[in-house]
Amino acid sequence: MAKRKLTRVALVILSLILSTSVLAGCGDSSNTASASSASGNAASVSSADSSKSVTLLNVSYDPTRELYQAYNEAFVKYWKDKTGQDVTVQQSHGGSGSQARTVIDGNEADVVTLALAYDIDSINTNKELINKEWQKRLPNNSTPYTSTIVFLVRKGNPKNIKDWDDLVKPGIQVITPNPKTSGGARWNYLAAWGYSLKQNNNDQEKAKEFVKALFANVPVLDSGARGATTTFVERGLGDVLIAWENEAFLSINELGKDKFEIVVPSVSILAEPPVSVVDSVVDKKGTRKVAEAYLEYLYSDEGQEIAAKNYYRPRNETIAKKYENQFPQINLFTIDEEFGGWTKAQKEHFDDGGVFDQIYVKK
Amino acid sequence: MSGSIPINLQTSNKPGQEKKASGDSKAVRIVLTAIALLFFTVMLLIPLISVFVKAFEQGAGVYFAAISDPIALAAIKLTLLTIAIVVPVNTVFGLVAAWAVAKFKFKGKNLLVTIIDLPFAISPVVAGLIFVLLFSTSHGILAGLLNELGLKIIFAPPGIILATLFVTLPFVARELIPLMESQGTAEEEAALTLGASGFKTFWLITLPNIKWALLYGVMLTAARAAGEFGAVSVVSGHIRGLTNTVPLHVEILYNEYKFSAAFAVASLLTVIAIINLIIKNISDWKIKQQFK
Repeated sequence: MAKRKLTRVALVILSLILSTSVLAGCGDSSNTASASSASGNAASVSSADSSKSVTLLNVSYDPTRELYQAYNEAFVKYWKDKTGQDVTVQQSHGGSGSQARTVIDGNEADVVTLALAYDIDSINTNKELINKEWQKRLPNNSTPYTSTIVFLVRKGNPKNIKDWDDLVKPGIQVITPNPKTSGGARWNYLAAWGYSLKQNNNDQEKAKEFVKALFANVPVLDSGARGATTTFVERGLGDVLIAWENEAFLSINELGKDKFEIVVPSVSILAEPPVSVVDSVVDKKGTRKVAEAYLEYLYSDEGQEIAAKNYYRPRNETIAKKYENQFPQINLFTIDEEFGGWTKAQKEHFDDGGVFDQIYVKK
Repeated sequence: MSGSIPINLQTSNKPGQEKKASGDSKAVRIVLTAIALLFFTVMLLIPLISVFVKAFEQGAGVYFAAISDPIALAAIKLTLLTIAIVVPVNTVFGLVAAWAVAKFKFKGKNLLVTIIDLPFAISPVVAGLIFVLLFSTSHGILAGLLNELGLKIIFAPPGIILATLFVTLPFVARELIPLMESQGTAEEEAALTLGASGFKTFWLITLPNIKWALLYGVMLTAARAAGEFGAVSVVSGHIRGLTNTVPLHVEILYNEYKFSAAFAVASLLTVIAIINLIIKNISDWKIKQQFK
């Protein structure tokens, strides 16, 4: 009998917990609703009243985590000093292509800072969320910093990898992410292609053979640059990682100079990761002013210094001079020179049925 | 009526079977136990311990700093909120569904059972994409409605809760249906004949009979809700401090070379799993007791 009573008490308690958590759930959801409407109000008021705080969402690609962590701190301080307004910058990182996809699907990014111009263009796939002329709105094709593609190899360079030619040799395992989803991977691919063009008098067929041989040496395609880096450095897979220069520097600094070294190829591509405000979002949220300032400040001396400290090549020449020793001299070609711009390159190489599909499927 | 008889047969059969098994040669028993233990150690125990070893590698300071970091706390809060909503909803649904399936005969019963299992059959990624298809504010089926109301479902907490609700839907019902079916309707029928109300019958007869299985179903739901990665990853948008759950936060930390911090947060999920196992054992034992 006593046991019965005990069970009953237990059941009553259980049902009480359940019902209160249901209520709490409802309460919470209404709270978040009111909170979000409140923040919506705050955002629209903020342009007039600088004492209200504002939130920006920066949807970015994989390797910029450390860069924007440092930059956001600096910008928050700069904006507070300048306008008295508190700004919070929220970050989201992932493969550049998949990040663009979330913005298309309705992720309300105030600014996008992606790996390549095509990904920002593709945000307009369904409807125009960003002004078509976005790339002309900021200096240097809206690219406040640049990078290039280099190799990361294990300490002592046991496979003696010196240049792109060494990557297609039999028995070499190359790690690079999937060009379908990763911006960095597309730069890697185009850098290899461009190298072969330069070696073979612009022979496109030879370049295709070369890149095909290279991808035959790739055991696994990660979806983003950071995933490929962890595959190489943490899981110990592969002999060489084709990586963003900044990503290569970062992994050496994070994981020890005694484990890896950077190999600079004879020729590489000038990688230009651009930035833009998402017009439809900032107009809806009333955050245009602060979002534009956020991107413009990337070009300031402080913004450029932070970029350089995070191993991105600064655009500002004085700052570039100051960090000159950090960045190796490489013969760089641009995508416009060799491939006629991103739209053309994307269509030819990476869209469904493009060159990448032909060479990778046939592997 | 008919349901209660096979039960008695089954339970009285069991001890006999066990005796027969233990009558086998001693060597076989020892070898089998050794294999099971070895497998358990290699596959479960060592990985579990290594999570904690890695988590505390850089000392307790780093461990607690990782857990009390504001972004980690936001992730923990979101995960707890998800559990607080998903568990009660799916418990009520599971109870109702199991009750309907086990105690009544009706048309479309098989269809209902199949639909309950659907989230098990669908890959979590597909489950996530279903919600994108429905709730995307730019091209979703419900885009017009959402924009008019100014609602955000995906890339916001509601989407994460919905996706979790979807993938954890079957757990409670799946735990309860076999048990309730084997118990039959005899006791309920007796109670009703003696004049008890429907609710009283449920409260005094059905619920006490199923309480341990129910508890286990609830624990499974909670564990999966805390640990779900695939579906949530698709609808999350990975906004730090806003739409990152604990498993997503673990991945972020890992990708930022903060391995100790990643495993510190991962150890929280491991603790949930261990508590879950303990409750499973207790409830298994209690169910057995019930039948004796």
